[in-house]
Amino acid sequence: MTKIDTQFPLWEVFIQAKSGTPHKHAGSVHAADKEMALQNARDTYSRRSEGTNIWVVPAEFITASSPEDQGAFFEPSNDKPYRHPTFYIIPDGVKFI
Amino acid sequence: MNPTNQTALLDFVTRLGDNSLIAGHRLSEWCSKAPYLEEDIAMTNMALDFVGASRILLTYAGEVEGKGRTEDDFAFVRKNEEFRNALLLEQPNGDFAVTTAKHFFYATFNYLLFSELQKSKDETLAGFAAKALKEVTYHLRHANEWVLRLGDGTAESKTRMQNGINEVWRFTVDLFATTEADLLLEQEGIIPNVPELKTKWYEMISDILEKATLAIPDLNAFQQKGSREGKHTEHLSYIVSEMQSIARVYPGVKW
Repeated sequence: MTKIDTQFPLWEVFIQAKSGTPHKHAGSVHAADKEMALQNARDTYSRRSEGTNIWVVPAEFITASSPEDQGAFFEPSNDKPYRHPTFYIIPDGVKFI
Repeated sequence: MNPTNQTALLDFVTRLGDNSLIAGHRLSEWCSKAPYLEEDIAMTNMALDFVGASRILLTYAGEVEGKGRTEDDFAFVRKNEEFRNALLLEQPNGDFAVTTAKHFFYATFNYLLFSELQKSKDETLAGFAAKALKEVTYHLRHANEWVLRLGDGTAESKTRMQNGINEVWRFTVDLFATTEADLLLEQEGIIPNVPELKTKWYEMISDILEKATLAIPDLNAFQQKGSREGKHTEHLSYIVSEMQSIARVYPGVKW
C-alpha cells in the first residue's frame, strides 16, 4: 500500500542571513500557495532573527543530481587543483569568497 | 499630568494591554491543535507577540497608576469586571474560520490604531505603537490571506468562513468603544479618535471580503457593547479563571 501525503505541497526555503551573502537552504515547509509558503517559512525559520530575505521554491521544481551521478559529475575535478583560486592573493577588502 | 488625565490614561492603557493579553491567551489555545504544523507555529508566534505587547502595556499601566502594581498584578489578581478587553477577543475560538474572522477584524483594527498611536504625545505609547505596528502589519497580512483563501476556496471553506464572519460580527463595533475620559486624552494628543477609525476599518475589511467573494455584514446590524465598563460576555470568566489558577493557589509564586 502506498502512503498518501495529505499535506499541502512541499516548498524548499532559502534564507539570506545578511544582505550581500548568498541564500542558504534552511529547510522546507508545506503550503498551499506562494504567499502561504513565504509566511510559513518566515514563521518556521526566521523567528530568532536569522534573516534579511527569504526565497521559497516549490520542491517539485528542483532538479537534483542522483547519487549514481557522483563519479561522472564530480570526480574529474579532483585532480585539477589549478582550478581552485587558492593561488591568488585575496585583497583584504574582499569578504565573501 | 493632572489626576483626571492620569486616570484616563490608566484606563486606556489597561484597555490596550487587556486586548493583547486576552487575544494572546485565546490564540495560545491553538497550540498543538492548529490545522497543520506550520500554522501551529504561526499561531503560537502571534500569541507570543500579543502576550509580549500586553506585558509592555500592563507594566506601563502600573507605572501610570503609581501604586506599585506590576504586570502580574494586572494579569493575575484582577476580577473579570476589572478587565477592559474588547468583547470580540474573549469569544471562543470555534473552528479555524471563526478564529480567522476574529483575528482578521482585530488585526485590521490594531493596524489602524497603532498607525495613529505612533504619533502620540505620550512617548511610551508612541514608542510601543511604532514597534507593535511591525508585528501587526504581519498579523494583518496573515489574516487577510486566510480570509481570501478560505472565502474564495472550496464550497465548505467558503461556508465556514462566512459563518465565522457572521458569528462574531456583533462584537466588532465594541472594538471602537470610547469613554468620556478618552476625550481628554484626545484633546491632549495622546490618543487618536478611536470611533473615527471605524470608517476606514469598514473600508479595509469590505475590500478583502469582496475579493474573497464573501458577503459583507451590515455595519448597522445589532452590536453588543459594554467592554469599556467591564460588562463582559460569560466567556471571559473561563479565560480568567484558567489564566489565574496558579497565581490564585500559590500567591506571589515566581515562574
